Amino acid sequence: MHILEGKGVTKNFGGLAAVSDVDFYVDKGEIVGLIGPNGAGKTTLFNLISASFTPKPGIITFKGVNISGMKPYKVCRMGIARTFQTVKIFGDFSVLDNVRLASLFGNPKKPSEAEATKDAMEMLEFVGLNKDINSPAKDLTLANQKRLEMARALAARPELLLLDELMAGLNQTEVTEAMEDIRQVRDKGITIIMIEHVMKAIMSVCDRIIVLNYGKKIAEGTPQEIVNSKTVIEVYLGEDTNPGSK
Amino acid sequence: MNEKTIHSLKNVLMVLGILIFILLITIPFFASPFQVILFASFLMYVVLTISWMIFSGSTGYVSLATAAFFGIGIYSSAIMAKSVPIILVVIISGIISLVIAALVGALTLRLKGIYFTMFTLGLVELIRNFLTWYEIKFTGTRGRFVPVVDNDTIYWIMLGIAIVLLVTTYLIRRSKFGLALRSIGSQEEAAGHSGVNVTAVKVVIFAISAFFMGAAGAIMAAKWTYVDPGMAFNLNLSFLPVLMAIFGGMGNLVGPVIGAVIFAYLEDKLLTQFPYYYMLIFGIIMSVTILYLPTGLMGLAQRLWKRLAGGQRAHS
Repeated sequence: MHILEGKGVTKNFGGLAAVSDVDFYVDKGEIVGLIGPNGAGKTTLFNLISASFTPKPGIITFKGVNISGMKPYKVCRMGIARTFQTVKIFGDFSVLDNVRLASLFGNPKKPSEAEATKDAMEMLEFVGLNKDINSPAKDLTLANQKRLEMARALAARPELLLLDELMAGLNQTEVTEAMEDIRQVRDKGITIIMIEHVMKAIMSVCDRIIVLNYGKKIAEGTPQEIVNSKTVIEVYLGEDTNPGSK
Repeated sequence: MNEKTIHSLKNVLMVLGILIFILLITIPFFASPFQVILFASFLMYVVLTISWMIFSGSTGYVSLATAAFFGIGIYSSAIMAKSVPIILVVIISGIISLVIAALVGALTLRLKGIYFTMFTLGLVELIRNFLTWYEIKFTGTRGRFVPVVDNDTIYWIMLGIAIVLLVTTYLIRRSKFGLALRSIGSQEEAAGHSGVNVTAVKVVIFAISAFFMGAAGAIMAAKWTYVDPGMAFNLNLSFLPVLMAIFGGMGNLVGPVIGAVIFAYLEDKLLTQFPYYYMLIFGIIMSVTILYLPTGLMGLAQRLWKRLAGGQRAHS
């Protein structure tokens, strides 16, 4: 069953079609990669799925329910959580409160304060941030702020997790750790869509990849298929202008 | 500084608090009528400042609508006071302000930053002009008389409003709702995506803050006995609470209270003794505060305290 499905999803900013007529689906338990050059519309598509924007025209359904036009908090409680390309943590909150908030408000089971704290601790432990839980979140390193965003997203107990460039700005070791985290999240039964420029990560983690360019879907398939796709290579490396010189 | 001294310090503060509380309640028994009314106006500024702060300080949306809700309280009171007991007038006026704030908030809290601020400023002017037009067109007079209430009652009711407000604020800060509020001020987009119904939270707190502004207006109307739209919707009352909160420091509850009291006292002194320089001196104090004490008086006090406490720890 498709947990998430988009039909003819379009979003215009003035005259610019940031996302145009994109059909897509995501199956339960999948890790789907979303790639494309800068400005291809990846983050816009995330904003559409998480209900920051409403597609016009087009519809997006989550677990069979049309979520276009819903408010972000509703979509979050329905089971879609996300992280942000540029980290958006609550800087003046403690590390714990960042995660506790999402547990208190995002988890559809409406946990009590005590349960929320316990849940938040569990998530922080999962991402390895259980040491300085009372220090202000703004004091964390970038890598840890990204982990914090992931813990916060997980605290809402989502069924679908949207990761927007989780690995940008991380070093090699941190990328490897993040890849491991993503696999573990999937093993918890959470479906994942990730935007990523770190190709090594995308290729090894994803079950399926969707490629966007100028707001249009230009390719879709397994990592193997994408690597060998002529259109994708053209978009990323430019057209072969002089075929004779090979 | 060890645990024991901190503990005994807390006890001292608690006793001090209770003493201040008893003093505040008994003021009308020993102070002159002038002092009672002066204290009532201090309390009015405390109420306006704290109620401004529970909305704007936590959500980061700067509202200049204080005068609008205060004025709505004044006019509700002017209309009702002849036929309804004063305590009910105060509560109903607060509720009228709350309902209007909820409606206005639901319509405008989608506006961000400066646009919201400009709207709230416009709201004060809009209501003032509408009322002036209405009074002249339909009642034929500019102002209204409000039945006299004795000074002690005015003082006690204002004190009651201030106490209920402080308790409410304290409870909100400690609650789950308070966490949601602060998350909006900190990072609104992330708050929404973490399951916080940001619009509802903003509207609710905007309405709660308007309740206290309206209640304060209702009782002040009884002090002034004559009100007209220009007095009731005076923009100074939108700006002063903002200045008082900045001056006192918004980090905790004590800061704005102290800021409001000192400012109100200064206003009274300066107005009577230096009527021509009053605004100039106000301006200088504000500029100095913003430049050198961005966290207000309380911020300064906390820094001094830390230095003191830190110094002692280093010795022990």
